[in-house]
Amino acid sequence: MTLKTTRRTLLAGAAATGALALPGSRLLAAEQVKAGWVYVGPIGDHGWTYTHDQGRLDVEKALGDKVVTTYVENVAEGPDAERVIRQLAASGNDIIFATSFGFMNPVIRVAKQFPKVKFEHATGYKTAPNVAVYNARFHEGRTVIGTIAGRLSKSGIVGYIASFPIPEVVMGINAFTLAMRKRRPDAQIKVVWVNSWYDPGKEADAAKALIDQGADIITQHTDSPAPLQVAEERGVSGFGQASDMRKFAPNAQLTAIVDHWGPYYVERVKAVLEGTWKSHIIWHGLKEGMVQIAPYGPRVPEEVRAEADAVKQGIIDGTLHPFAGPIRDQAGELRVPEGQSLSDEELLKMDWYVEGVQA
Amino acid sequence: MDPIVATTVSVISAATPLLLAANGELVAEKAGVLNLGVEGMMLVGAVSGFAVTLITGSATLGILAAASAGALLALLFGLLTLGLMANQVATGLALTIFGVGVSSLVGAGFVGTPVERLPRLDIPGLSDLPVLGPLLFGHDALVYLSVAMVALTAWFLGRTRAGMILRACGENDEAAHALGYPVIAVRFAAVLFGGVMSGLAGAFLSLSYTPMWVEAMTAGRGWIALALVVFAAWRPWRLLIGAYLFGGVTILQLHAQGLGLFAVPSQVLSMLPYLATILVLTLIAAGSGRRRLDAPACLGRPFRPPA
Amino acid sequence: MLRIEARPEPSRRMLLATPFLAVLLTVVSGALLFALLGRDPLVSLHAFFVTPVSSLYGLGELGLKATPLILIGIGLAAGFRANVWNIGAEGQLVLGAVCGGGVALWFWEVDAPWVFPLMVVAAVAGGMAWAAIPAFLKTRLEVNEILVSLMLTYVAVLLLSALVYGPWKDPEGFNFPQSRMFGEAALMPPVVEGTRLHAGILVALAVALAAWLWQARTLSGFALKVVGLAPAAARFAGFERRRTVWLTLLLGGGLAGLAGLFEVAGPIGQLVPQVSPGYGFTAIIVAFLGRLHPVGVVLAALLVALSYIGGETAQIEAGLPQAVTGVFQGMLLFFLLATDFLIRYRLRPVARRRGAEGG
Repeated sequence: MTLKTTRRTLLAGAAATGALALPGSRLLAAEQVKAGWVYVGPIGDHGWTYTHDQGRLDVEKALGDKVVTTYVENVAEGPDAERVIRQLAASGNDIIFATSFGFMNPVIRVAKQFPKVKFEHATGYKTAPNVAVYNARFHEGRTVIGTIAGRLSKSGIVGYIASFPIPEVVMGINAFTLAMRKRRPDAQIKVVWVNSWYDPGKEADAAKALIDQGADIITQHTDSPAPLQVAEERGVSGFGQASDMRKFAPNAQLTAIVDHWGPYYVERVKAVLEGTWKSHIIWHGLKEGMVQIAPYGPRVPEEVRAEADAVKQGIIDGTLHPFAGPIRDQAGELRVPEGQSLSDEELLKMDWYVEGVQA
Repeated sequence: MDPIVATTVSVISAATPLLLAANGELVAEKAGVLNLGVEGMMLVGAVSGFAVTLITGSATLGILAAASAGALLALLFGLLTLGLMANQVATGLALTIFGVGVSSLVGAGFVGTPVERLPRLDIPGLSDLPVLGPLLFGHDALVYLSVAMVALTAWFLGRTRAGMILRACGENDEAAHALGYPVIAVRFAAVLFGGVMSGLAGAFLSLSYTPMWVEAMTAGRGWIALALVVFAAWRPWRLLIGAYLFGGVTILQLHAQGLGLFAVPSQVLSMLPYLATILVLTLIAAGSGRRRLDAPACLGRPFRPPA
Repeated sequence: MLRIEARPEPSRRMLLATPFLAVLLTVVSGALLFALLGRDPLVSLHAFFVTPVSSLYGLGELGLKATPLILIGIGLAAGFRANVWNIGAEGQLVLGAVCGGGVALWFWEVDAPWVFPLMVVAAVAGGMAWAAIPAFLKTRLEVNEILVSLMLTYVAVLLLSALVYGPWKDPEGFNFPQSRMFGEAALMPPVVEGTRLHAGILVALAVALAAWLWQARTLSGFALKVVGLAPAAARFAGFERRRTVWLTLLLGGGLAGLAGLFEVAGPIGQLVPQVSPGYGFTAIIVAFLGRLHPVGVVLAALLVALSYIGGETAQIEAGLPQAVTGVFQGMLLFFLLATDFLIRYRLRPVARRRGAEGG
């Protein structure tokens, strides 16, 4: 019972409140919340994990003394994850954010053992009374950049550097292709799988190979700025991923899809502070600001910017659906007739590609 | 640029870090020392080269810093394995763990900042030739160094007295000692050379291949370099074949994906470089009859100066 | 003037004292390092060494993490003693997981007592088969086993990935890269309530005991030692080099395959793209730290497991970046390896002599 308090009093400040905090006797609203984050990669990846950590820092900025944050990075999905999550729970964290799909089963198991602790799992699908799921509609961003690609590509060939064929990536490829082909019906999207989220050398090699095969626009679903660097050097254009990569490609970056977790994290930690936290499954996008589009680069002319903005606004208003029919798959079959669009459930399981994708 | 030329240039780039690191390790192993810490040395080289180039604005200083960092880590290895006769395999692995940690620690502040790529050779006239231009005259200093070092190593080991002494230390340390050669000192020098080369390999990654610093950016290349030394049967020129084979297949499988050539999962294509290396080595072994492809006889064994 | 002198036989006293000496040196250097980084040294060291073992759950985790290290370490130690360098235990582990897991998936709805033994047989066979490749190539064609076994590791991991992203994907898993969860009959039986420790630890200890007896008592154990030390003498005495290569590689592969099964049928409970955080490589360190002796391997496995778990705890409790834990682990290993020196050698002061040579 009091192992927790020993550790707490060793840590900075708040010694008095720590000694009184017996589990279960906490008031619904609290004066201070401990929040923990579990990262699958290093915060130095300048991509996925980096943006989550930026969100954590936003929480610290917004809530100041009312929150104490902890994070563990480079946690491998698998048995180690369960131990880390459990330890965060056991060391007094009130809410824990697990930022990778592979943490799902460990989160569910630990949540059963710690019913008073709140857990939030990114990109998963299993919930519990104390487990919420959150996800971002990255594909909405893809629709916007696909629009730009459709207008600016001369060769009509796009190089897509992808990590793994999971639904999120598949969705992204499809959304991009659909948007691009609306403006450029003969567009071809060539996908190369590097089988890693994060390997700058391989990503650069893939970019070079695709450019050598005629792609004049590069986009990626991997984490490092390497492909954009190659694009900058070769004089082609591309899109940044997860964060604004302009520093690496001041001319080549047309824009970037930026993951913006801060506001969501602040909201959820505040809910724990105020005692109003509830489990949910949310999938936020451009409207809620979880996905953002970076400022346009120098190669994007005015009229294309206006068009991209209009697409963005349409998605936010609900007048434009990234997966509105008619949609044909690679074999030419009509999967979604005109007038209909794919539902969220269908999107979350997506394992087929639309016409124009070569994967 | 013609796609085939462009692809070949990519292959040359991909092979360079492997070649530099493997070259260094080959010399160390020829002297009888097995240093499995190549990955760690490459990483400290990468972060040092990057940091110094960023801060001073001079790529030359950066490259020197990278070489020194690699040598420093190799020094640590040498003290433990040659001075205290610690087990070489375990020490090398410990070196990798340590090197990964140190480089991440030092590099934490440099993530997200680009640096200018190493300048490429630009000889007016020659560099503009359609095929030979980019192929032969358009690379940066480290690429040329990697090939030059192979030649230098081959000459040193095969044609000089010092090289012969080094090989003797690797083949029969007791006899070498009896002849009056300073076995420990020679091995130390070889290990330091290995460190310098690994450091340079790392610098190539962070200053030329993808001019940035990210944690663990070597992504296992140190292990491939170790395997390439074995592939080359400890012969320098064979290293060229190995590095270019591996780099080549790696690039080609990406091209194959882009062209949509094979209807197999991408993982199968990704297996090709590794399978190709095994296959080629097997063919070489089968074809060479019973020729010795053995490691230096004293590889991995500590040398005990007799009383 | 000090001179290094080999001891006639390893010092018993030093054998027992050096681990403590090494840990002490690590503690001191670590404290300095932590202080330099602005973290409380005592809190950090406590997090590294004490916290992981101060609860039942923690001890269970230690055993859980040590289990694969012991199993693989024993197999590798036998090989290293005979100068057979199996660097591909990681790949053999994966193959074991694939084969054993494959059986579990084939019979996922069956609840019978023969499912698990069948899985074990499949896993061991799978690991052995993967190790048989380098064994064959070495004995027939003198192809170095270091290269073959290492390259095959990458192939094995890619194979697992291809299966888990493809034909073995869970049809109800939202198209994520994971297999079905294994059925009850296919899971490892737990041994201690309140921990994740499973029967694997008992198997590992039994294997260590068996290895110890085999090595100390039987002729084959003696043969292994001789073949490693002097192949010519061994051949003369009738022990076959080729048989040794096959034996040790198959043993290493089989044990690694078993370890792989224990991971996927134990804490993971299914097949996922990453089933091991590098146990096959860490076991190499464990084998050498344990001085290639079964008892040493067990102790070394526990110590190395502690250093990994301590690294996670240090991130949580002391806010240390993960990079520091790598540095700390490296230091621990360096000191252990350095103090080894004292067991085999001693420093003798030599009286200066006039005339003749110096050192």
